Amino acid sequence: MSEAALSKPTERPPLRVRLALRDIDGVTLLVVPAVVFVLLLFIYPFAYGLVLSFLPKKGGWLANYAKFFSDPFLYDTIWSTFRLAIPATLINVLVSVPIALRVRHMRHRRVLTTLLVVPITLGTVLIAQGLLIYLGPQGWFNRVLAVVGIGHVRLVHNYTGVMLSLIMSGFPFTFLLTLSYLTGIDPSLEQAAATLGAKARARFVHILLPLLAQGLAINMCLSFVQTFSVFPSAVLLGAPAGETRVISIAAYQAAYEQYDYSMASAVAMIMGFCQLGVVILILAGRNFLYRGSAAGGKG
Amino acid sequence: MQDDKPAGERLWATVVWALVIFFVVNVIATIAAVGVDSFGTRWFNSWLPAGFTTRWYKAAWEEFQLHDVLIVTFEVVGAVVLLSGLLGVPAAYALARRNFPGKQLMILLFLLPMMIPPITFGIPLATVLYQAHLGGNMSGVILANLVPTVPFVVLVMIPFIEQIDPRIEAAARVFGAGTGRLFVHVLVPMLTPGILAALLLVLVRTIAMFELTFFTAGPDSQTLVVTLYYAVGAAGVRSNQSIDAMAVIYMLTTLVWLLIALRFVDPTQIVTRVKKEAV
Repeated sequence: MSEAALSKPTERPPLRVRLALRDIDGVTLLVVPAVVFVLLLFIYPFAYGLVLSFLPKKGGWLANYAKFFSDPFLYDTIWSTFRLAIPATLINVLVSVPIALRVRHMRHRRVLTTLLVVPITLGTVLIAQGLLIYLGPQGWFNRVLAVVGIGHVRLVHNYTGVMLSLIMSGFPFTFLLTLSYLTGIDPSLEQAAATLGAKARARFVHILLPLLAQGLAINMCLSFVQTFSVFPSAVLLGAPAGETRVISIAAYQAAYEQYDYSMASAVAMIMGFCQLGVVILILAGRNFLYRGSAAGGKG
Repeated sequence: MQDDKPAGERLWATVVWALVIFFVVNVIATIAAVGVDSFGTRWFNSWLPAGFTTRWYKAAWEEFQLHDVLIVTFEVVGAVVLLSGLLGVPAAYALARRNFPGKQLMILLFLLPMMIPPITFGIPLATVLYQAHLGGNMSGVILANLVPTVPFVVLVMIPFIEQIDPRIEAAARVFGAGTGRLFVHVLVPMLTPGILAALLLVLVRTIAMFELTFFTAGPDSQTLVVTLYYAVGAAGVRSNQSIDAMAVIYMLTTLVWLLIALRFVDPTQIVTRVKKEAV
């Protein structure tokens, strides 16, 4: 026994030492509560939801999905969500680039960025209530249009209202993200190109855009995922029974109006897979377009 | 220099600035419309209300039982801030100081709840909470709100902790401090600005977190933003001005904390701190 204890350490150090060599000790254990929390309240519910979606109230294991893809009232929600999410994402991300290019040289940048944080902070519910008044038939926006001579335009309780709210609450987010990617690019690269005689357009296309591609792809993914899960503004500012009946409304109704949690989980999973699919497409497209030149930038 | 620029470029710059101004003006007008309406007596067919009054605030306070709602909101937010700090900061410390196998996987685990929108995971989460008899009450609302905030604190705190010289901790260890005393006497005082920034952002996000609270709250555990949603959704039942009065109260509770938070963080950090990890 004592011989074994003496000879063993030379061959194999005790567990404690072996773990410490791999950087696992008392301090490492501090991560455990947070990890357990995320596993219990994020990973487990997701897995549970996935399993639950295959255990429908009645019918075979695929009955929920079969029902979703055979009922136009349900599968049309995918289309009406894409119809909002794709234009909103493209507008937010593409418009953010030229503006960020200008703003990065601005002297009082912080004033503008602070102003833009306000709509993010207030959240979609308050923006929806504000837009209902502001864009409403008697609101200031329509009054200005009347003065200019354009006449009355219907902007709320339809597709336009939801789109405008997605831009108002989504654009500041994408803009601040683009700005931070842009300011992370070493300015000497652009100066070098300018010294060699490259015009603004050439500098943007050949220097900034390839370096920005990585960030823009991430930005586009985040923006798409956010807009695809639009919920409060689609209800309050849109036509929740009609053209802005988005997929989250279908999920909500299944869970809280029909109390069919199995169906609701199935809809949530379909929503998740749509988001995942588009994210994979964007990331794959980025690799296809800018293979090799995406490195650098942030350093 | 300015005059050398071609006309096309100057036109382009003008268009860009016009867009920025147009956007900012519309944001301000949207928020101002709520504020003006909440003080108006009657607002119909004119640029401004016919007269001004503060009676809608009293009406909103009674109609929506804002006293109770605000207490619930602050209880939920307080618990979320405290618990996400207690869970998040030690985890961030472990991730910043140790390089164990599986660390990248753990960081991915913390990124997921922040990247996936609450609507997508909210319904399965609420289902699990209701099954555990935690749905429809305060504890369920707090647990659901912690799902995105704990990872947020972890990811925000990692760079703050990495900035601290490890020799200071080593010195504390040499003098016999355990991990607990190290935290209380060395790390927390040095990390105060970082912790304050992270927790203030958690506070602002939790006040504005609609989806998760909406899915898990019962009648007695609604926060202000959910009450506001129900009021806006049922417009016509209540007078619009008292809804706006509540909206202004909501704005004040969020913006006050945002202003305090902005003393500690740069606005771009609010969205980028965490996303940089994603690259």
